[in-house]
Amino acid sequence: MAKAQGLTWTVEDADQMTQAEIYGAVITQMGQKDKRLVALTADLARSTKIGKFEEKIPERFFNFGIAEANMFAVASGMADAGLIPIVSTFAVFSSLRAAEFVRTDICYQKRNVKIIATHSGTSFGQAGTTHHCTEDLAVMRALAGMTVIAPADALETAKAVEAAVAMDGPVYIRIGRGFEPPLHKDLGFEFQIGKAIQLREGTDLTVIATGVPVRHAVEAADLAKQQGHSVRVLDMHTLKPLDEAAVLAAVKDTRRIVTVEDHSVVGGLGTAVAEAIARSGKGCAFRSLGYQDCYSIVGYPDDLQHHYCIDGDGILAAIGEVLKADFEADEDWADED
Amino acid sequence: MLDAAEKKRLVKKARQLRERIVEVTFTCGGAHIGGAFSQHDILVALYYKYLRLDPAQPAWSERDRFVLSKGHGGIGHAVILADKGYYADKLLDEFNKTGSPFGMHLDRLKVPGVDASTGSLGHGIGIAVGMALGARVTGKSYRTYCLIGDGECHEGSVWESAMAAAHFKLANLTCFVDRNGFSLDGPTEKIMALEPLDKKFEAFGWRVLQIDGHDFDAICGAIEEAQRERERPVMVIAKTIKGKGVDFMESKTGWHYGGLDDEMKRKALESIRRTYPD
Repeated sequence: MAKAQGLTWTVEDADQMTQAEIYGAVITQMGQKDKRLVALTADLARSTKIGKFEEKIPERFFNFGIAEANMFAVASGMADAGLIPIVSTFAVFSSLRAAEFVRTDICYQKRNVKIIATHSGTSFGQAGTTHHCTEDLAVMRALAGMTVIAPADALETAKAVEAAVAMDGPVYIRIGRGFEPPLHKDLGFEFQIGKAIQLREGTDLTVIATGVPVRHAVEAADLAKQQGHSVRVLDMHTLKPLDEAAVLAAVKDTRRIVTVEDHSVVGGLGTAVAEAIARSGKGCAFRSLGYQDCYSIVGYPDDLQHHYCIDGDGILAAIGEVLKADFEADEDWADED
Repeated sequence: MLDAAEKKRLVKKARQLRERIVEVTFTCGGAHIGGAFSQHDILVALYYKYLRLDPAQPAWSERDRFVLSKGHGGIGHAVILADKGYYADKLLDEFNKTGSPFGMHLDRLKVPGVDASTGSLGHGIGIAVGMALGARVTGKSYRTYCLIGDGECHEGSVWESAMAAAHFKLANLTCFVDRNGFSLDGPTEKIMALEPLDKKFEAFGWRVLQIDGHDFDAICGAIEEAQRERERPVMVIAKTIKGKGVDFMESKTGWHYGGLDDEMKRKALESIRRTYPD
């Protein structure tokens, strides 16, 4: 793909770019057209790629040093002035260190601030557990008024950033460190906040994934197909508001669901989907893949995804197990007369 | 400079609003009354002499901003906003009641005229830094004023914000420290020492003024001095008295928060009238 063009941006060789590189490029072009955009970071301009904005628009770029709490409070005040702050730092600092500032100064006060959190999950695996972030989706989902998006690749990130700026209100976009292969080959997919993208049709089981593991889900579904299983794949890029209709359709059509996320199984995608299943009142075999209430070990991201069973192999194994689950014949469910 | 007539007007307004704080505290069952009285004269000077506001348009983009970073002073802020005409004073009868727009810490989305929802300490000054930076980016001439508590200066984020304000040379930002000497558990110097507070802010790059926070000549002089500053944000460390105006509350740790019965209310109003005779 020589060139990718969104509504407000054009990028050469977009399919060769990482999530971080493309959001840096897209935000910068949007900022050149929309003077309301200001870019904020906390000494991570180069790591997060928001430094691209500084190169082109230094007068609307602000580096706060290694001080995240103040940065999110400042973003609230800048939004009061009619600006749209784009705040970028690592996921662990956005969602945990500065959590109360995001909650009280941005969400509670309905401030139009967009947070782009990089290095989420174990995408910076070799940095060690202090730099992993497997709790941010849980924290951000719990904040009333927050829109939470985990794009699967660079092109999806570009569309997510564009959609986030187009809407009024706080948005949290979590991406990886940015060395992941692409999912989409081109921009010929529809991205709408709150609407899952169906990547594979299937009738036996549905894999619902978010973020970087989405491409592993596709890989696993294709392998399962070779074994004779029809597996649906949903790219649930928006955690909140969740596309409950897509979950309910999966329950109705396939009665078996596996969720996959580069995040703890507590509070993230798995929890959100489980809540939707429970609310439906329908029976459904269910398995959530992710970090099983633990602190992730050190390692390269690919190795860690394998270790925690959120890569193609892990997802395929879970598909096999959940397909075997015969919950409707379980004697424990028999009525006691 | 403050002329005699204007000073008299401000002193009278401050007295009337202190009485109103006592009445609302009596009605609502309890409030952070000590801190509301220590900050009070600074708020009166700002709202009745300096802030460029239009109560008919609370979200007017050109308005001066005021952030009460020590959000527990909300009751004092609320009576002033009612008096300025942002909403009917009668609404204050609902203070603290279930479903009321008024809690102890004011919500900007529920109380017209409030620029930031504060209460969690160490947040408002950062929001004020953002408002001042926002004025610069958008080319607006509004000024941003902020008031922080002295105990609030224990919060690390205050110092993050102090660093940022000086780094970005926000001369359009004026901040006050309500230096009443007490946080909830007792004297600040006993709980966690702050002194030398002036040297700390100076070292962080602020211009520091030290005044008597109950002397309108000094308050107005400091605000005008800050308006003339072109290089640095200005921190006005205002020495105040917690509970100022009510003799039995002054500098008493127990009156950080409290309720009033009929007898206490009568004595409080008498004390205010003695302190501020016509």
